[in-house]
Amino acid sequence: MSQTRVEAPAAAPEGRSAMRRALDGAGVQNISLLIALVLLVALIGAREPVFFGAANLKTIGTAVAISGLLAIGQTMVIILGALDISVGSVAGLASVASAMIFTATTGSAPLGILGALVIGALCGLVNGCVIVYGRVNPVIATLATLAAFKGVAQLVSNGRAQGYTGSDPVFVFLARGAVAGIPTLIWVLIIVALAVHVLLKYTDIGRNIYAIGGNDVAARLAGININRYILGVYLATGVIAALGGVLITARTGSGQPISGSEGLELEAITAAALGGCAMRGGKGAVSGTLLAVVLLGVLTNGMTLLGINPFWQNVAKGLLLVVAVVIQQVRSGERRVGLPA
Amino acid sequence: MTPTMTPATSGPALRVEGLGKRFGAVRALDGVTLDIRPGEVLALMGENGAGKSTLLKIITGDHRPDDGRLLLGGQEVSFGSPADARRAGVRVIAQEPEIIPHVSVAENVYVGALPARGRLFSHRALSERTRADLERLGFAGAMDPGCPGERLSPAQRQLVEILRALTGEVRVLAFDEPTSSLSDHEVSALFALIRRLRDQGVAIVYVSHRMQEILRLADRVAVLRDGRLVGVRPAAETGEDELVRMMVGRDLSAMFQRERNRPGGPVLALNGVTTDDVTDVSFEVRAGEVVGLAGLVGAGRSELARAVVGDLPIRSGEVLLEGRRLRPRSPSDTVRAGIGFAPEERKAQALLLHRSIRDNVSLAVLDRLSRFHLVRRAAERALVREYADRLRVKAPSVETEVRRLSGGNQQKVVLARWLARKPKVLILDEPTRGVDVGAKAEIYSIIDRLAADGVAVLVISSELPEVLGLADRIVVMQNGRVTGELDRRQAGEEQVLALAMADQITSEGARQ
Repeated sequence: MSQTRVEAPAAAPEGRSAMRRALDGAGVQNISLLIALVLLVALIGAREPVFFGAANLKTIGTAVAISGLLAIGQTMVIILGALDISVGSVAGLASVASAMIFTATTGSAPLGILGALVIGALCGLVNGCVIVYGRVNPVIATLATLAAFKGVAQLVSNGRAQGYTGSDPVFVFLARGAVAGIPTLIWVLIIVALAVHVLLKYTDIGRNIYAIGGNDVAARLAGININRYILGVYLATGVIAALGGVLITARTGSGQPISGSEGLELEAITAAALGGCAMRGGKGAVSGTLLAVVLLGVLTNGMTLLGINPFWQNVAKGLLLVVAVVIQQVRSGERRVGLPA
Repeated sequence: MTPTMTPATSGPALRVEGLGKRFGAVRALDGVTLDIRPGEVLALMGENGAGKSTLLKIITGDHRPDDGRLLLGGQEVSFGSPADARRAGVRVIAQEPEIIPHVSVAENVYVGALPARGRLFSHRALSERTRADLERLGFAGAMDPGCPGERLSPAQRQLVEILRALTGEVRVLAFDEPTSSLSDHEVSALFALIRRLRDQGVAIVYVSHRMQEILRLADRVAVLRDGRLVGVRPAAETGEDELVRMMVGRDLSAMFQRERNRPGGPVLALNGVTTDDVTDVSFEVRAGEVVGLAGLVGAGRSELARAVVGDLPIRSGEVLLEGRRLRPRSPSDTVRAGIGFAPEERKAQALLLHRSIRDNVSLAVLDRLSRFHLVRRAAERALVREYADRLRVKAPSVETEVRRLSGGNQQKVVLARWLARKPKVLILDEPTRGVDVGAKAEIYSIIDRLAADGVAVLVISSELPEVLGLADRIVVMQNGRVTGELDRRQAGEEQVLALAMADQITSEGARQ
């Protein structure tokens, strides 16, 4: 068998130019997003120079921080091959919980935050258990908990904003503080994004998440305990959504059952899809999602600056989600027969 | 619903001429010429993979032939889809018919051809019509036309499929292993129906493994082997012995050259293992030994393997690994204990098609390659390269996506995954399916080397020469039970085949 070409010892990657490698590393998806972003910025900036002002850029940054967090959680879930549409409600519940615990502990911000995160973890665990042990399709399961968690948040809060955290130094620091000139909100997003990025790209846990999303049967037969991963990913997503809820509390100065969190699931899923997460699982990255989050933030901000009727924003978000998924499906070459896989 | 018959002309109802079909490197059919005559039952026999299903699928429009042509009543035809074939009067009764679970038998029968007045149709009229159809065919009372599809037994499902076929014009009716899920009584009723259809001038193609059945029912028997037609015999002039000889009679290729080593102690032992699919299975695999698990498709071999690795539940009995009882709740337990499993459906069950060779090979060893959960990338790349080289995986780089590889190279990637894990037991389900001849030989030598390294290897294969060439010992299964164990020195194709079909022959014999 000496004639068989033994697999070339990966001469290819080293041999390519730096430019080529950078392009490959970033991926087609990210580059198209970047181009879209640049075009959008140029378009908006040309008509409204205010756009480039430091204040406005900060507005965009703080506006995308919360939806960005949820989008990063969503990225993990989608890579796993599932979906979590309850994240907005989890954020709302966590927001209420953080403020109420804060009040109940006579002003302990750490306890309020910790409590909210624990509640987020529990919510994620409920999602995971309903899916794994109840055998409920992830969309249906989290659609149900989307309603249920929102209901719980309204019940405990009587539907009203709770507590006043606006004078607590910890919450104020979260909402308006800055480190090295960058708002704390953005730091939170950066830290979570980095952590999830490392988890997905450099650990066996992340690699197994991609494997499960790519082919769960193969992953299971290769010895991966897929139930544990599903529970774990939903739990992590719950915690991240709860962190988003804590930031909502910080920004508004009180616990908000609905306002500020409702509809975040749409933004999160749109960002993940636009960022290149394949809806069938196994593909996607934090970097793409982040770019898409920024793109969406700029779009929303630009539409406001240009004085476009805010109702158009919802139309635009809906359209973007559909377009992002259509592009994905066209590229995957799926046959146009029956319901999509 | 009375089938409209074509006038019994002297020529064949359907003639296939020089039919050829290849799948990748595998020649599934090669120059098959065969007449299917009206008013005759033609039985189609052959081992697994001999080409029976491919032939059936071409006749009924599921596959298009690469070579050759179909002549229906003397006219050349080309079916683009099963619907085309049905319109032309060529139908197949599938082994497991598609039944719509939540609608009635009557609607299932007339699906796609619901008799309607305008847009309205009457449930009652439809039920009556179906009841009348059942009576006419001699199955009165076999099932209630209003019964929902999901509650039907396998026999009733088949009956629905037959009724469907007879709602239109039928010239050629093919049955694919119709009796595998039927009771004796139902088999008799089915045979009576087939004979009646035959006498009305329908050309019947009957595919089965059951020798006695075929000799009882068929007028002529056609035997396929390796995609070629070996011969056609009048059923009255042939017998079991001749047919088995025609089905096997093949030289063992020189592919198998192996140093037989003295096997060590038992590594994997099954003790009365019973699952939903298999009953009371016991055998052992020793270190350095290759055990072949032979049997017909559907004998329960893959299900047994999946139960052993914890993918399907074990109802009773025990699995011992090096003497210790395994109680796996999922494959992650058995992988950790030292059992590797390369499943039958490579693409669906083993590979991450859109990911690289590296990702696929390291999948089962990532835990060992990680420190504090961080994957040591250099170590990973080195390991993957080592095994990809050793198994001669042909690809531009280890970063190549697996879907771009040939079937043989994909299988090598799966094997590399398990070799890298260094299991004590490796279970390979159809390791050479869809693999070209060259890669086949390489996979055989990989299996030999594994055994030489002391791994206990269990190979499930439906190709008899492969089992006979590879295995030190052969366990034969049939209908979920072990029907025999043969040493390689005493095993020949006839013996294995006899054990694989034994039960059916005796029970059929008893029936007569």
